[in-house]
Amino acid sequence: MSQYIDPLLIVALSLNFVALGVSRIRAVINAVAIQGMLLGFLPVLVHGQIRLRGMLLVAVTVLLKGIIIPRFLIHAMREANVQHEVKPVVNFMSSLLLGAVGTGLAMVFASTLPLAEEHAGTLFVPASLSTVWAGFLMLTTRKKAIMQVLGYLLLENGIFLFGLLLLEAMPFLVEIGVLLDLFTCVFVMGIIIHHINREFTSIGTEQLTSLRE
Amino acid sequence: MTAITNQIIHVLLAITVPPLLLGVVAKTKALFAGRVGPPLLQPYYDLIRLMQKGSVFSTTTTWVFRAGPVVALVTAALAALLVPLTADSAPLSFTGDLILLAYLFGLGRFFTALAALDTGSSFEGMGAAREVTFSCLAEPAFFMGLLVLVKLSGSLQLSVMLGSTLAAHWPTAGASLALVLISWFIVLLAENSRIPFDDPNTHLELTMIHEVMVLDHSGPAYGMILYGAALKLFVFGTLIVRLALPWETGTLAADWLIFGGGILGVAVLIGIVESSMARLRLTHVPILLVAACLLSAFGIVLLVR
Amino acid sequence: MVDLETNEIYLLILYPLAVAGAAFVFPSNRWRPWFVPVGAFGHLVLVASAVFQWPLAFQSTGAAGATALGGWLELDVLCKVVLGFLSVLFFLCSLYLPGYLAARAERPNRVFCANLLAVLAMMTLVTLSHHLGLMWVAMEATTLATGPLLYFNHNPRSLEATWKYLLIGSVGIALALFGSFFLAYASLKAGLESTLLFDQLIQSAPKLSAPWVHAAFVLLFIGYGTKMGLAPMHTWKPDAYGEAPGVVGTLLAGGVTSCAFLAILRVYQICRAGTDADFAREIMVFMGLLSMGFGAVFMVRQRDFKRMLAYSSVEHMGILVLGVGIGGMAAYGALLHLINNGLTKGVLFLSAGNIHRSYGSKLIGDVQGALKRLPLSGGLFLAGFLAITGSPPFGPFVSEFTILNGAVGGGHFVAAALFLLLLAIVFIGMGATVLPVVLGTPPAHSATNGFRDSFATGAPIVLFLALVLFLGVYVPHPLDSLLRDAATYLEVTR
Repeated sequence: MSQYIDPLLIVALSLNFVALGVSRIRAVINAVAIQGMLLGFLPVLVHGQIRLRGMLLVAVTVLLKGIIIPRFLIHAMREANVQHEVKPVVNFMSSLLLGAVGTGLAMVFASTLPLAEEHAGTLFVPASLSTVWAGFLMLTTRKKAIMQVLGYLLLENGIFLFGLLLLEAMPFLVEIGVLLDLFTCVFVMGIIIHHINREFTSIGTEQLTSLRE
Repeated sequence: MTAITNQIIHVLLAITVPPLLLGVVAKTKALFAGRVGPPLLQPYYDLIRLMQKGSVFSTTTTWVFRAGPVVALVTAALAALLVPLTADSAPLSFTGDLILLAYLFGLGRFFTALAALDTGSSFEGMGAAREVTFSCLAEPAFFMGLLVLVKLSGSLQLSVMLGSTLAAHWPTAGASLALVLISWFIVLLAENSRIPFDDPNTHLELTMIHEVMVLDHSGPAYGMILYGAALKLFVFGTLIVRLALPWETGTLAADWLIFGGGILGVAVLIGIVESSMARLRLTHVPILLVAACLLSAFGIVLLVR
Repeated sequence: MVDLETNEIYLLILYPLAVAGAAFVFPSNRWRPWFVPVGAFGHLVLVASAVFQWPLAFQSTGAAGATALGGWLELDVLCKVVLGFLSVLFFLCSLYLPGYLAARAERPNRVFCANLLAVLAMMTLVTLSHHLGLMWVAMEATTLATGPLLYFNHNPRSLEATWKYLLIGSVGIALALFGSFFLAYASLKAGLESTLLFDQLIQSAPKLSAPWVHAAFVLLFIGYGTKMGLAPMHTWKPDAYGEAPGVVGTLLAGGVTSCAFLAILRVYQICRAGTDADFAREIMVFMGLLSMGFGAVFMVRQRDFKRMLAYSSVEHMGILVLGVGIGGMAAYGALLHLINNGLTKGVLFLSAGNIHRSYGSKLIGDVQGALKRLPLSGGLFLAGFLAITGSPPFGPFVSEFTILNGAVGGGHFVAAALFLLLLAIVFIGMGATVLPVVLGTPPAHSATNGFRDSFATGAPIVLFLALVLFLGVYVPHPLDSLLRDAATYLEVTR
């Protein structure tokens, strides 16, 4: 276990807060992308010697999370002509505070989950749980469709973070899980956003209220 | 013997260096903008010029208005004496002096705000309200960072907290210290009215925060304010330098060179930040300050985990 | 004999996929719908032979059964129940399909037909999976495949419904993946080789690290519960079921939810085989009652009768989970209810679809007197309402009564009382929506597009109702023993 793991996980955690507290969509895309790339590189540090298969996973993850998906989202952003999340359901300050509370609770909860010896003392589980929480928060409180997709990506990052612990033991599962989820997210939601853009004039999902009770 | 030498050098540097920092910041910003910019020693010339002028005092003001700049200067100077520039150079040092540090700044800010309100002008009052709010939010971040240092060093004395033992903690508590560093840099920007919190170069009163509070001062009073602000920047910069570069080489000259390089580096960094960012919307400023608080808070959480 | 078993298992999955592919490339829009019944019938034959050991068959040794892919796919007793039910449900739906698509001939149905068969294949895969990772992949695939089905009507409302469905479904699936990771880590922590093979997990269950298993159960329950439509993760259901075509609604309400339920049962079995199942049971009872409560509350004063069906589905998913949580006889009741609920939902959704088609609206202000305009569909809708709310002599009465019996017998008096109360509320609420639709006279201003009850759109619903009626009167012995075996399999620790 490299001693650089914990600081890197802290950086990843801080990016959660950048994503939660900022209203410029471009900045949030960058934050999630940087976090994705960081997590993509983590396997190299977690498991010292890395085989070809692992390297391939690293390369694909970094490419996908860091470059392809952000490009795709920026393109969607331009097409839909949105720049800012104007007024989320929970305002930015409260989102930050809720994220902080969630991170605190994640640390408490993670201490009840005993880690195997080779992973003991690292921040994987709290970082993973708090990223999942931050993603979930963004998903449920943001109104712009792109922000909701970004929240989903953040959730994915959190799950991937935990999956890194299983990388040696069950690489297949982690690979399949992540890639499949990412493809689902991007292509399906991208198509939907495209259609939403065509049917409605903006991709604010607060417009999608015609089916309310 | 070396302790006394260190303290003398400390006092000398604290008197002479602060305006240079302002000059370095201005020069960096000019270089970024592709200009030549004012000379590095321009703040000194400004101070000398201001000291030779006469003062104009509004008839609506009272003694508070005259006291404001004096208190600001004195508190900043006292703070400069508390914070160690190298490991053991602080002339004043006692247990609990970290609280005094924070509240010296508080006192200075209080009197500046009072002096601003004393003029009876609405611009100054607006600026005072904003400044006080932001400092309110920045203070927890500052204190939590101090808490991290207290926990690590086990002492309530600034000289010990930022002293020679700090270097040993970086490998083990590096994540916490890094978080505090980032948090304190944000606090530095907030307390010294730098971008992204306040634009020191704006001439539009409605957009000012700190500048507008000192709008009515002139002559030597204004010189005192300028110098006090420079001292405040110097003190905060020192905190950053001590946190980031706590290593001691053992030789006098090398230690002071490290400090000199560090403090100028902080000034350059401020210049870079000011050149590459725009001011934040007023409503977004609390978000950044709360983020700084959260960073410090996580520094503590990581320590006690 | 082994080769035959393995091949048959693969065939169960590959055959619908092959037919789906053929439907996709087939050029004629008019004749394409017939691919679906053909595919469904073939699937039904294969499943019947697998379940009842017909001449094409193979050995099945009680709880464990034929395996393929090194144990990743296995046909065990629970599997037989769910797979058999799914196949019958899909077949009857597919009989309805040509008539429905003929009435909607203006829409291209290439993607629709192909996806329907793909959904069948993926649901089969979920049922057969004995590797939790593979099961997860298949569940994800059903989510993806049902998306385009929901969007069949191509209007803003169905787009909104599809967006919510995919978003919330994907979040649920992601959480389920998280839970699967936790489970794999639990075996890693125990010092064993980390695995997601169901059989291995059952065997090593007592040694698995308890906090990880508990956390995994919660996550998997929430994740797959989202797919099932348990409260409070049910928010996609009203929109999705409200906007989907009737066939798709049936498939979702009867098929996909059953698959998700099976996934939850697998995890429950692992918990059960481990040190303590009480934790899992309490959660299931609580969430079951919560779902029933949500369904009941939102069904009152519901003006859209298709959305009402969605809340009914939420309620019945709650009943399923409640039954398993109580255990014993209630578990048998829950499994029987799986079948009864699915078939009754078939009646309800398809007849509601007919009524919607005829009136052009789903609101009870516009739709009245269905019995007069569409005597067959209106009558079936009314009968479906009576069935789903638990009136004898229909099937759901038997299963709900069994669950109640199990609850009281097991000493869960509070749960039993709440169960009865919520059923009563649902009956009143649903009745307030269904009766105005069915009784009275069609309003003068109501538009009619000439849709009339026909054999093609009516007969399959009658078949559904006949099955429900049959199961209400008499549970045939083979089915009964299969269900008993499955309930025992659920309850007994290996």
